[in-house]
Amino acid sequence: MTSLLFSSIGKKLIISLSGLFLLIFLALHLLLNLTALIGPDHYENVCSFMDTNPLVKVMVPVLALGFIIHILFASYFEFKNWAARPRAMSYAVPTTTKGVSWASKNMFVLGVIVIGFLLMHFCHFWAKMQLQGFLGREEANAYELVVNLFSKWYYCVIYIVWICAIYFHVLHGFWSAFQSIGLSNANWLPRLQLFAKIYAAVIFIGYVSIPVCFLLGWHK
Amino acid sequence: MKFTLKVWRQKNAKAKGRFETYKIDGISPDTSFLEMLDILNNNLIVEGKEPVAFDHDCREGICGMCSLYINGRAHGPDDEITTCQLHMRKFKDGDTITIEPWRSAAFPVVKDLVVNRNAFDQILQAGGFISVGGVVPDANTIPIPKKDADESMDAASCIGCGACVATCKNGSAMLFVAARVSSLAKLPQGRAEAARRAQAMVAKMDELGFGACSNTQACEAECPKGVTIAHIARLNREFLFAKLEN
Repeated sequence: MTSLLFSSIGKKLIISLSGLFLLIFLALHLLLNLTALIGPDHYENVCSFMDTNPLVKVMVPVLALGFIIHILFASYFEFKNWAARPRAMSYAVPTTTKGVSWASKNMFVLGVIVIGFLLMHFCHFWAKMQLQGFLGREEANAYELVVNLFSKWYYCVIYIVWICAIYFHVLHGFWSAFQSIGLSNANWLPRLQLFAKIYAAVIFIGYVSIPVCFLLGWHK
Repeated sequence: MKFTLKVWRQKNAKAKGRFETYKIDGISPDTSFLEMLDILNNNLIVEGKEPVAFDHDCREGICGMCSLYINGRAHGPDDEITTCQLHMRKFKDGDTITIEPWRSAAFPVVKDLVVNRNAFDQILQAGGFISVGGVVPDANTIPIPKKDADESMDAASCIGCGACVATCKNGSAMLFVAARVSSLAKLPQGRAEAARRAQAMVAKMDELGFGACSNTQACEAECPKGVTIAHIARLNREFLFAKLEN
């Protein structure tokens, strides 16, 4: 098993499995967020459920581990790949190969953007909400926090840029994970790429709808 | 037709390379790209200059010797062909053509446009074969489903030119290794050693400094034989199952 983790395919397996785990988290988080559009009571109920449910308390460190593993392995993978094609060896004429998606070439940069905004998101929401609950302190009113932040147009713009980076990361990452695990073939590859487009679009529309609705006052 | 050629010149593996510009005239549109380079070299020899070193052999698109990164594409501006199958009619009269060697840490430049692709041979030696003992049985004694035979032949069409490595932003050899592993794993004769083969070839690939696959699909887009990344999925499967069995 050790040699598996030291191999390039083994590292891709870890990146893929942790990535798929994070994709599930992304969908669950979206479902919880969308309750904010239904009304403050629903959102507060969900927040209080997330604070008190024992399964959630167990899953928070597991989720953090998922993030850390995904980031560490992907960073190591990227640095190894830079060594295989150093900048000094780049072509004088930039590659003009057709059919290569922009997202697939920029997964690392997209990942860095996602992490950057994620830290900001932690400070704005998680540190004031769930973390305070775990520490036994009084939490900030979740709905007020959402209304306050999403009433600022510049915060909404930053948030949407973040979701755009997540969209492109998911667009490639979704089918790429199945390919790296070996769960793909000539028939399934186009299907997986279609599922990736649908999944990424649902995530994008879902997350972006929240700041847009709050900004335009369409929420209840 | 006349062209301006920007050609990578490098005395040897240790020397610092640079682009040299040459003008060439009177080229027929039906001239192949390598014939055009032959004409350039003839002109250079007449002028008393060093001819450009480049790899070539069969000039029929089957040996995998020719390489060249032409105007930002491996094997030039056409799909599913090798450089020797590229003709000058694919360019416009007066075009500037930039010719570079394959670029990858695992393929060091030997001279000018020639790179050392010995790393591919080492990967094959690690496991890209079938160990046959005794009398070779008649091929038709074992029935093979048409689908499997077709998939195996599609993978076996890889000529080991290295365009996949040259095109991949990670300098990954996964398509080459996948083609070998896939072509043998789909046939009963090769199946017996499939697990050992996948592990040995991937280990050698990693050891030789090739990058890992990030599924950009650039390799299959530039493969002169149209080998697809579906074979990479099979390699991943073969490798992971072999490791889990261990």
